[in-house]
Amino acid sequence: MKRFIRSILPHPALTVLLAVVWTLLQNQVSAGMVVFGIILGIIIPLGTARWWPDRPQSIHLGRMLSYCIIVMWDILVANVQVAWIVLTKSNDRMHPCWVVIPLDLKSPEAISILAGTITLTPGTVSADLSDDGHSLLVHALDAQDADAVRDEIKTRYEARLKEIFL
Amino acid sequence: MSILFNAAAVICLFLGTIFMLVAAIGLIKLNTPMARVHAPTKAGTVGVGAFLFASILSSFANGNGSLNELLIMAFLFVTAPVSAHFIAKVNIHKGACVTPPDLDGDALWSTLNVPEEDRDIQEQADV
Repeated sequence: MKRFIRSILPHPALTVLLAVVWTLLQNQVSAGMVVFGIILGIIIPLGTARWWPDRPQSIHLGRMLSYCIIVMWDILVANVQVAWIVLTKSNDRMHPCWVVIPLDLKSPEAISILAGTITLTPGTVSADLSDDGHSLLVHALDAQDADAVRDEIKTRYEARLKEIFL
Repeated sequence: MSILFNAAAVICLFLGTIFMLVAAIGLIKLNTPMARVHAPTKAGTVGVGAFLFASILSSFANGNGSLNELLIMAFLFVTAPVSAHFIAKVNIHKGACVTPPDLDGDALWSTLNVPEEDRDIQEQADV
C-alpha cells in the first residue's frame, strides 16, 4: 500500500504546492478548480520525476515554518536598518567588506535557501560560491567586524537549516 | 469594518512608498557598484510587499476578496535574491569591486574560475 501511494505521489509536498498555487491563480475557490488543481498536482510530479533524482529525502516542515517566520521578521528589521544607514550615513563613513562563510551544509537546496536568506536580510548580499561548494562569499554594506557577521549568519540561519534538511 | 480595512490599506501604501523612496535614494546616493546592489534588493521587496498587502486589504474591504497577491509576493521573494546574485557576479567578473579574499587551499570563487579554453580570451580582455 505504501509503495502504491509512493508510486502515484512521488513528491507529496510538490502536489500540495501545485494545487494551492493553481487555486490562488484562479483567485476563487470552487470545487471544480480545486479538483483540477489536485489532478495537475498529481500529473506534474509524475512527469517531471526524472529531473530531480537527488532531492532531499526528508524536510522538517514544522521547523521550516518557524524558519520562515524568523526570516520574515528579520527582513522587516533589516529594511528599517538599511533605510537608516542609507539615509543617515555618508559614503565615506561606511565600511563595506567581503565576508567568507565556510559552509557546513551539503545539499544544493539548503545552500540556495541560505544564499537567498542572506540576500534578503540585514545589509548583506550573497555574491559568489566557491567552485568546490564549501564556502559562500557575502558582501556586507556596513560592517565593523566581518567575523561577527559570519558568526551571526552561521548561528542564526545555517544552524537552523541544518536541522531542517536532515 | 470596511473603513478599518481601508485605513489599514492606506497605512500600508504609505509605508510602501517610503521604502520605495529609500530604495531609489540609495540607488543614487551609494557610490560603489556592490553597495548599490543592497538598496533595491531590500527596500524593494518590503516596498512591493506592503503595496500587495494593501491590495489584499482593500479587496476584502470592498467585498470581493482576493489572495492572488500572495503568489506575487512568493515569486518576488524567490527571484529577487537570484537577480542580486547575478549582478554581484557580474561586478566580480568585470572587476568593478574590491577583489574578493582568497580561499584556503586550491579552491577558487566560481566567478573567477576561468575554464582552460577561455584563458586567452580573458587575458585579451585584461589588456
